[in-house]
Amino acid sequence: MRLDLILRVATKLILPFMLLFAVYVQLHGDYSAGGGFQAGAIAGAGVILYALVFGLAAARRIVPPALVETMVPLGVFIFAAVGAAGWLTGGNYLEYNYLAHDPVHGQEWGVLLVELGVFVTVSATMVAIFYAFTGRGRSR
Amino acid sequence: MLAVTTLAIVRVRNLFAVAVLSSIYSFMMATVVLVLDAPDVALTEAAVGAGVGTVLIVGALYLTKTDESPPVHGVFLPMIVAAGTAAVLLFAASETPPFGNPSNPVTAMGPDYVARSIPETGIPNVVSSVLASYRGFDTLGETVVIFTAGIAVLMLLKRSPARRRGEGDKKGE
Repeated sequence: MRLDLILRVATKLILPFMLLFAVYVQLHGDYSAGGGFQAGAIAGAGVILYALVFGLAAARRIVPPALVETMVPLGVFIFAAVGAAGWLTGGNYLEYNYLAHDPVHGQEWGVLLVELGVFVTVSATMVAIFYAFTGRGRSR
Repeated sequence: MLAVTTLAIVRVRNLFAVAVLSSIYSFMMATVVLVLDAPDVALTEAAVGAGVGTVLIVGALYLTKTDESPPVHGVFLPMIVAAGTAAVLLFAASETPPFGNPSNPVTAMGPDYVARSIPETGIPNVVSSVLASYRGFDTLGETVVIFTAGIAVLMLLKRSPARRRGEGDKKGE
């Protein structure tokens, strides 16, 4: 298994930029293409790439399955909580206008938090499905 | 090239080759979508369809056999089903509004969102503001769908090793 030196070095080179690009796509989604779903897909793909090259055990040490399985419902919860915050601040469900002192800032906050929720769920679901598939040995 | 790849996917019997071909198909699809000025969809297609999807298909192949089993039916039953589906779809397509008509509901909403996005939300990327703000409830639904899919796969696949002996050949594909 020492023959994959090129793969290991290339992965180590690419991976930081991949995760950074995911953060960029996430936070810059207001201004350019992207958003929570795309960033989550890229981040999930980054973790999966790491697991493919360095082995499942190494990936599980860095991103433990328990954390992943917590993140899957956590993202939905963040999204729903932002929606409920619209109620508490005096608007309709998922109405962001009252989250900050003026409606435009409220909208920006709402979109940012909602995209965060989407990111958490999407990335965690990708990794969780990958773990579920690869965690099983060959059954026959 | 898309058509050639699709035909190859249908014809090739080795499922590992099919996995690679479907990855190629996803990359070409991402290029097509990029040409159509939808970089968001292209990003998703490249990351999910070509990357993660292929990994998951290969992972599923590892759990099963790598060769397609011979067909159990003759050629007539699938053909009747395909022709029936095509007939229903063509009938439904005859009811859709004409392509590119400016008074269609889809195209009529567009300029409204474009005009309202910056003054109301301060977000220059209209795709983001429509997704997260104007259509926030739909996006919440999508997130719940992804959540449900993840939970379903976990429930199907994540069993304790002791119980693996007794189960059939059901796979969460």
